[in-house]
Amino acid sequence: MAFVKGLTCRECGEKYEIGPEHVCEYCFGPLEVEYDYDAIASVISRELIESRPQNLWRYRELLPVENEPTIGLYSGWTPLVKADRLARELGVEELYVKDDSCNHPTFSYKDRVVSVAISKAVELGFDTVACASTGNLANSVSAHAARAGLKCFIFIPDNLEQGKVIGSVIYDPVPVAIKGNYDDVNRLCAEIADKYRWAFVNINLRPFYTEGAKTYGFELAEQLGWKLPRHIVVPTAGGTILPKVARAFEEFTRLGLVADEPWSIYSAQASGCAPVINALHADSELIEPVKPDTIAKSIAIGNPADGFYVLKAVRGSHGGWGESVTDEEIVDGIKLLARTEGIFTEPAGGTTVAVTKKLIDTGRIPRDESIVISITGNGYKTIEAVSASVREPHVIPARLGDFDELYASLA
Amino acid sequence: MALQRFYLTYSQEKIKEPLIYQLGHKFKVVTNIRGASVSDHIGIVALELDGDGDEIHHAMEWLAGKGVKVEPIEKNVIE
Repeated sequence: MAFVKGLTCRECGEKYEIGPEHVCEYCFGPLEVEYDYDAIASVISRELIESRPQNLWRYRELLPVENEPTIGLYSGWTPLVKADRLARELGVEELYVKDDSCNHPTFSYKDRVVSVAISKAVELGFDTVACASTGNLANSVSAHAARAGLKCFIFIPDNLEQGKVIGSVIYDPVPVAIKGNYDDVNRLCAEIADKYRWAFVNINLRPFYTEGAKTYGFELAEQLGWKLPRHIVVPTAGGTILPKVARAFEEFTRLGLVADEPWSIYSAQASGCAPVINALHADSELIEPVKPDTIAKSIAIGNPADGFYVLKAVRGSHGGWGESVTDEEIVDGIKLLARTEGIFTEPAGGTTVAVTKKLIDTGRIPRDESIVISITGNGYKTIEAVSASVREPHVIPARLGDFDELYASLA
Repeated sequence: MALQRFYLTYSQEKIKEPLIYQLGHKFKVVTNIRGASVSDHIGIVALELDGDGDEIHHAMEWLAGKGVKVEPIEKNVIE
């Protein structure tokens, strides 16, 4: 499976051999995997993909691994839910939810990117993987490393609540809590990645890591019957997933797996951390870092590594745009998705639902075309975000008469 | 000796100050600008520093004290 040509700088186009490198030596631009699309076109087909197991590796020609995948064999192929009740609520005709809240094994889209990054780490001969994370990424790296039998370090700020750490430490990585603010943690992790040369999944393996996000886009196109949605709304944190969903659509189109039709992609951020949306609305190419202040912690990244590429992908699509929403709207979005479709998402998903509503209400997304809402994480991990705004149980004595009375009062 | 890479974000009021020049005189580090973008509101500089690790650390602290946001070239790595 030699379909990867090498790494290319996204900025200056300088080419590099495949290896654990992520930054161009010349311009410091990020490196990206380059494929031999002619070779891929000669082997890939809808039938070939459909004949494979239902996991993210069914698109292996378009992923940067050389050997038979052994990691992430149960990740991906999450449901594309036809969301008719939510569609009625939002006043649109055709709406879907691509639901990575049930991704295996750690219930977020990170299981896709980590599957690819750790597969590549094993191919490159690493015995230790690492990441810096406050939640979903650390969960996923810890779980995948455990199953792969790799040593694992996770780096977290030292003021992180214990509840958020348990979802990672249960898999027995080495957890390191760093004293200082987020800027200090960022800087130290970059230095550690540089010095220790482990497989830091979102630093030196970032070119491979981000490729895993394409499978979200591949899957939903296949699940729509080999067709792209007209509109898709995607949350933006570090800026990994949105440009890669766009790239997935471009690759499927280029390879003739879907028809070449217009599509629009929209970025969703919380108002308390909206550096990309601020730049988009200001018609700027430069992203001004912000200090996050939102309940949507999993997307609270004040200076996103790939924010510029989110802007580029949004502006490069047909009428793409983006919006931000308040914490109150985010909670309403979580509750709306739960009560209409039975899906409990985290605040990142609530953000995407609320932004979709805003884009529809403001006429950015028309009501009569297909729309996909990207749900990337699970609400059971972040119950504190909604605990104050959900209904309390009715408390009654253990007597039928009391229940009868309650039931009558509810009518 | 160490070679480290940073993104510096300048606010509008800092853009006119020759901070990288001053840094080169105050600290024993070699500065090498690899990229820069400037708009009406902000300036972003990709900077490589060559020198003793502690000296680089102090230079970056001085720059941060001047009101420049200093981040690793990877920007935010906590996800």
